[in-house]
Amino acid sequence: MKYETVIGLEVHAELNTKTKIYCGCKNSFGSEVNSNCCPICTGMPGTLPTLNEKVAEYAIRMGYALNCTINNVCKADRKNYFYPDLPKAYQISQFDVPLCEHGYVDAIVDEEGHTKRIGVTRIHIEEDAGKLIHADTFAGSLVDFNRCGVPLIEIVSEPDMRSSAEAKAYLDSIKSILQYLDISDCKMQEGSIRCDVNVSVRPEGQKEFGTRCEMKNVNSFSAVVRAIDYEARRQMEVLEAGGVVRQETRRWDDLEGESYVMRTKEDAQDYRYFPDPDLLTIVIPEEKLEELKASIPELPGAKLLRYMKDYGLPYFDANLLAESVEKAAFFEAAMAAGGCQPKNISNWLLGDVSRILNEKNLSLADTSLTPEKLCAMVTLIEKATISNTAGKTVLEEIIFSDKTADDVVREKGLAQISDASALEGIVAQVIEANPKVVADYKGGKTNALGFLVGQCMKLSKGQGNPAILRELLAKALG
Amino acid sequence: MNFYELSASQLHKMLTGKKCSAVEIAESVFGRIDAVEDRVGSYLCLTRDNALEAARKVDARIAAGEEIHPLAGIPVAIKDNICTKGVTTTCASRMLHNFVPPYNATVMDKLEAAGILMPGKLNMDEFAMGSSCETSYFHPTRNPHDLERVPGGSSGGSAACVAAGEAVLSLGSDTGGSIRQPSSLCGTIGLKPTYGSVSRYGLVAFASSLDQIGPIGRTVEDVATLYGTICGHDRMDATSARREYPNFAAELTGDVSGMRIGIPKEYYGEGVDGEVKEAIHAALKELEGRGAKLVEVSLPSTDYALSAYYIISSAEASSNLARFDGVKYGYRAENFEGLTDLYEKTRSEGFGDEVKRRIMLGTFVLSSGYYDAYYNKAKLFQKACAAEFARAFEVCDVLATPTSPTVAFKLGENFGDPLKMYAADICTIAVNIAGLPAISIPCGPTGSLPIGLQFIGPKFAEDRLFRASRALEEIRGNLCPVASL
Repeated sequence: MKYETVIGLEVHAELNTKTKIYCGCKNSFGSEVNSNCCPICTGMPGTLPTLNEKVAEYAIRMGYALNCTINNVCKADRKNYFYPDLPKAYQISQFDVPLCEHGYVDAIVDEEGHTKRIGVTRIHIEEDAGKLIHADTFAGSLVDFNRCGVPLIEIVSEPDMRSSAEAKAYLDSIKSILQYLDISDCKMQEGSIRCDVNVSVRPEGQKEFGTRCEMKNVNSFSAVVRAIDYEARRQMEVLEAGGVVRQETRRWDDLEGESYVMRTKEDAQDYRYFPDPDLLTIVIPEEKLEELKASIPELPGAKLLRYMKDYGLPYFDANLLAESVEKAAFFEAAMAAGGCQPKNISNWLLGDVSRILNEKNLSLADTSLTPEKLCAMVTLIEKATISNTAGKTVLEEIIFSDKTADDVVREKGLAQISDASALEGIVAQVIEANPKVVADYKGGKTNALGFLVGQCMKLSKGQGNPAILRELLAKALG
Repeated sequence: MNFYELSASQLHKMLTGKKCSAVEIAESVFGRIDAVEDRVGSYLCLTRDNALEAARKVDARIAAGEEIHPLAGIPVAIKDNICTKGVTTTCASRMLHNFVPPYNATVMDKLEAAGILMPGKLNMDEFAMGSSCETSYFHPTRNPHDLERVPGGSSGGSAACVAAGEAVLSLGSDTGGSIRQPSSLCGTIGLKPTYGSVSRYGLVAFASSLDQIGPIGRTVEDVATLYGTICGHDRMDATSARREYPNFAAELTGDVSGMRIGIPKEYYGEGVDGEVKEAIHAALKELEGRGAKLVEVSLPSTDYALSAYYIISSAEASSNLARFDGVKYGYRAENFEGLTDLYEKTRSEGFGDEVKRRIMLGTFVLSSGYYDAYYNKAKLFQKACAAEFARAFEVCDVLATPTSPTVAFKLGENFGDPLKMYAADICTIAVNIAGLPAISIPCGPTGSLPIGLQFIGPKFAEDRLFRASRALEEIRGNLCPVASL
């Protein structure tokens, strides 16, 4: 029998507000154990939480980005359970009225730019818990409370995904939007995005969902793909063998590539949710909502598709440009400056410019390069005033100085020579100096011509127009 | 004349008039403590050295000609569920027997800034759950007016120490009557402020939506002064009200002419002793003589308040007290195997029976499938109850009721019979449900055990409560003589 996999995801993303959600502690990663916590985030007796309003604002921006309805009157609820990393023995979360709900995201599922709409059930705000530390050097476990009170949003999807690839596309969209809004650092290795994965399978054509299993705390997107594929296969095998899939929570072990039962439906916890009496009803004024809504930029998915459609860029380029706020803005400013081929600007931006930035670990803002300067340089190449090779030299000169491309071309005499009569002497010299290559070419090795063009370029100090040199060489060698 | 018998306002005049020093006041109060504490048992810990040091600072400021706060140099004792930096805050529980907070409650910051002397921390029912001070893990407190009897609870130590002259003022906390009922039983004046007027930051939570810290004293002016010092918005407490407060003590008057005093008949039913009713009627007649108008009103939902209270307060308590798990601070079971065993043993051994009873009740009413039937319904009742009070206040300015249906009962008399014990709070509980202010002042005939009259006001109308109380004080003279022990 053929089966269909049904996937829903719960994404926990840490928000990068300056301070924690319910106290004044810094919201930072990597402090010394138990150094970045206070009586409030460690839930000492008598202490009280007060909401950091920025957290609600960040969550609402995500809500707008994911096309949600915003519940501007909502509340905080206590989720009660015992665990040593949860110092109050309850997590302040949201239960029946989340800050945002009924949204969707159009995830791009292939390189042709096809999208799939995936429903977003809800987004709510909550506090993170601490971390247990186990080591061989001591008996028992220790608790690090630094992470307590780090603000989280939980983004719950509808069960709309049908393959691990779609799940990956959804996660990529969510991640790029979080980054675009600059509300989360999205560092998987620091645990700033974590994922709970719900998987069920059903015979193809069946309307009802199968019984789902949840895998907790899957810590990378590639692990999500592996966990889904494993779990779907496991459930299909159970069904094929005539068995019944049991509703359970499972732990994904990415090293082993297997999942294990954590608890079954029977011993599901009762969290005894109730409204937190220490916190007021959250009320976001209409003007604030308008302001937050207006602050949402064009999102990376839409940008990518627009770059493909309007500028004819391939998916690869469009994606790389769109996913960087800075590069996208630079690219669009260059397009607005006008006159250049989009693909040429893209090539330089994603090629040599990015290489230089990466080497020096800088961003575009750290350089003197402006969209206008880059455009001026690319225009020189497009008009064959300078060669592509000379362009690289020009870029190195203009990227960290006030010089323009014209300045550099003039100073260094980089203007390209396209006058055939001026290049004939060089062609003759190269032919004379390379008898063996000339013989090869004449013997049928046509790619030997490229080597000779290169030699001519070298002799002309990069100024010869390579297209004309190629023409002259071909003519001279018959 | 003993300094410990005087009011804060009298002592303040003497201090500023250089008739006495703060150190002399401290020594007088500690002398009284030395003389009677082994019989009364108000305190869980004494902070003599700290108090004397604070007294010397106040004396130095007076000597330097500085102006001092009306509470500077005044001994104010603190209930042991209010966090005091560097001083144990046990909630009278084994669970927190060794807990020393590294922070002050907001009210403590305010009182320290005012320059009070804190003689020590006061006994209470464990985690403020009880009406007799008998659920304290450490020892019971006795009523200074009759040592065979309870001082009431949960702020039993707070009322007893003021009644016994072991402090001039004290702070208690009131979730369902815990300031007013012991004030009634000990013959002191106790105010449960409007919910949101005093910061709860640093008050170890019992039921967050009902708890309020409030003052206990022997004169209306002292209580108004202490209340005026601790009230005010606090950004550390999201439930604290953003508003300005008048200077209650400076504006205090006993003029009740034209004041409409509502008498809700439901508060004078069968459960209330005859002598209590008589004493209250007599006091109200005296106020009528001063120009107050007595109006009969009805609060029919009163009967349900007790049930709603035990649902809401226990639900919140079950969550608030879950953090005491042996992992971070306080009591930890000595022998355990694994995490679940640590939790179970720590909580079984660390909490007393009454606390466990409430945690179980609260856990039950919040559990899936019962939430709507209990907690949700109780919260709906809360709204209805507040609305009913609001309607009553359309025809009267304050309400007058008994504080406690009986005078102080004997130690052990109600202990072990939770329902009987819970009935001690029937007159005080609805006030917390509705978030209103209420005061208890002594109104009984001299020579009898103290009887408390409760005035209830609309939200933030503490000034009316002080006015009605002050009128009775003007008529009767000293309402709260220090108990002779």
